[in-house]
Amino acid sequence: MTQQSTSEHDPLLVAERWMSGGRDVAIATVIETWGSAPRPVGSHLVIDEKGNFEGSVSGGCVEGSVIAEAMDVITTGEPRLLEFGVADETAWQVGLSCGGRIKVYVERLG
Amino acid sequence: MDPYCLKKLNIERQARRAALLLTDLGDGRDRVIREGDPVAGQLGEVIAKAFLSGQSGVAAVDGRSFFLNVHLPPPRLVVIGAVHISQALAPMARLAGYDMEIIDPRTAFATPDRFPDVRLLAEWPQDALKARPLDAYTAVAVVTHDPKIDDYALEQALRAGCFYIGALGSRKTHAKRVERLQALGLDEQSIAAIHAPIGLDIGAASPAEIAVAVLAEVIKAFRARRLRTAQTLEKTA
Repeated sequence: MTQQSTSEHDPLLVAERWMSGGRDVAIATVIETWGSAPRPVGSHLVIDEKGNFEGSVSGGCVEGSVIAEAMDVITTGEPRLLEFGVADETAWQVGLSCGGRIKVYVERLG
Repeated sequence: MDPYCLKKLNIERQARRAALLLTDLGDGRDRVIREGDPVAGQLGEVIAKAFLSGQSGVAAVDGRSFFLNVHLPPPRLVVIGAVHISQALAPMARLAGYDMEIIDPRTAFATPDRFPDVRLLAEWPQDALKARPLDAYTAVAVVTHDPKIDDYALEQALRAGCFYIGALGSRKTHAKRVERLQALGLDEQSIAAIHAPIGLDIGAASPAEIAVAVLAEVIKAFRARRLRTAQTLEKTA
């Protein structure tokens, strides 16, 4: 847990760096969890307009879907509230295999 | 998120100050609140609670839905003395999630060979603590037995309001230490915050056992922080 690695991968510092570099940025935040959620409330995933990302909201289960929504949010500027639940056969791609549920708030920076 | 809020929040986080991002989930507006900033009404109460618990979450206030993201600085452990206890403490502290550093000007003790995986400063506390000052989210354990090295760090720890301060030494050694700190202008009540003899009483004998006792005492102090903060709030209210 060195200072350097913290600032290098810290999503909020990354978001600020990207913004200063002229990139469009969205910030996704876990705002509620139920059951065994992989990442705690307050965790961030930051995404730029090209789909580059840093951080995590679920440890990999729903990131793909959040990134797609985030790119829409960057275009429209309207925040979105996403909810992901237990994975079933059909929703395997965007479900949480651990059986938890999470709510993710996605907003544009600026 | 408002870019200005992001910048402000990052400044607070990098300065190791507790801050909270308050987002109105209805209209998306946000603001940064620092620990101790006055916020009126029910929202103020919810914010104060969030700072005490360190728990982020959604709260409904006056028919509006808010998200409170609390950012508390990660706890730091500063050990004065590159001794046998510190060698055992370094890997334990890392496992427990503490960002630990060791300060000892005696270069015979402070060698990278003896302390391979921890930030080690072979400097006087007077110099090392100037570069990285102590704060309320830092624990300090002084273990050199040498007043020339220990006393300055103890004084700084007391003045910075460190959440834990421990000092190695017998009751007799500590009585003399208290006299010296009083001579530096510290009052008896604040000096009483020092845990001495250091460590929870588990009958620790070996250096590694003493390290367990110290780490357990640090964790206990950090987890009880909310109680202490609450008492302080009551007193100042």
